[in-house]
Amino acid sequence: MWKFIHKLASPPHFYGLAAKIIPWFFLPGLILIIYGLYGGLLLAPPDYQQGDAFRIIYVHVPSAYLSLMAYSIMAISAGIGLIWRLKLAHAVAAAAAPIGAWFTFLALATGSLWGRPMWGTWWERGDPRLTSELVMLFLYFGYMALRGAIDDTAKADRASAVLALVGAVNVPIIHFSVEWWSSLHQGPTLMKKGGPAMDAAMLYPLLAMILGFTLIFGALLLRRVRTEVLYRERRTRWVRHLVLSSAVEKK
Amino acid sequence: MMELLSMGGYGAYVWSCFALTAIVIAICEWRARARHRQVYRDIEVRVKALGDNG
Repeated sequence: MWKFIHKLASPPHFYGLAAKIIPWFFLPGLILIIYGLYGGLLLAPPDYQQGDAFRIIYVHVPSAYLSLMAYSIMAISAGIGLIWRLKLAHAVAAAAAPIGAWFTFLALATGSLWGRPMWGTWWERGDPRLTSELVMLFLYFGYMALRGAIDDTAKADRASAVLALVGAVNVPIIHFSVEWWSSLHQGPTLMKKGGPAMDAAMLYPLLAMILGFTLIFGALLLRRVRTEVLYRERRTRWVRHLVLSSAVEKK
Repeated sequence: MMELLSMGGYGAYVWSCFALTAIVIAICEWRARARHRQVYRDIEVRVKALGDNG
């Protein structure tokens, strides 16, 4: 098992493997999203309370879910990097941040566009779900700013890992905010007692969108980790060989 | 077709959400690729400058 992990985490091996598996995430993700769009926009009936505005769920929920997923991946990888001094783990954490920030922005923006027609407001000040999600956006920004401010990669890894871990306390706060405090935001629809409270015609496209977004996120993450590995290994022999041999191929 | 576009009067909100999502995912992919090209090119320049002695 350890041998397998070491081989997987060896930079040249990972660099080659990631390039091969990115399409295996990207293409199924794209197919699921196309099905999700067809099912969610054309097949699913309008909601009895929200009418067609409910269809925003098909982009809002996957984005919000991924904003949390990306943060969890970032914090766990940062923790693994700190404890076991695994460079690949730090590379994963650094790569997850910008993607997580974009999905957090998307969750906030689509939430705002949903809140306007349903709640009558773009933004409710002090609302626990909205505030905690916004705090996470700032945590991502802080994490990236801290990394950018430290030139030494190993130092940047350690300092930003501590920030990521401290900020992780916000993840359960976001998840449970709608249960702990009164919020304009509706409660959980999928992860609740007694199973999802949704008709199959609405539910399946949503599950397809969530899975599709996750696969696209996986492809984006792999692409960024691969770049991160290349950058960190820029002075090694294997990178030199890689660059020289592909330069010959181009000629 | 018009029905789909109007989304029961919520068309502006619904379609902005889907358009924004498509744009953001495209930006993510584009930025990831651009960063890779940049890192690769920087290494290429340095490796060539050093020649065989680097």
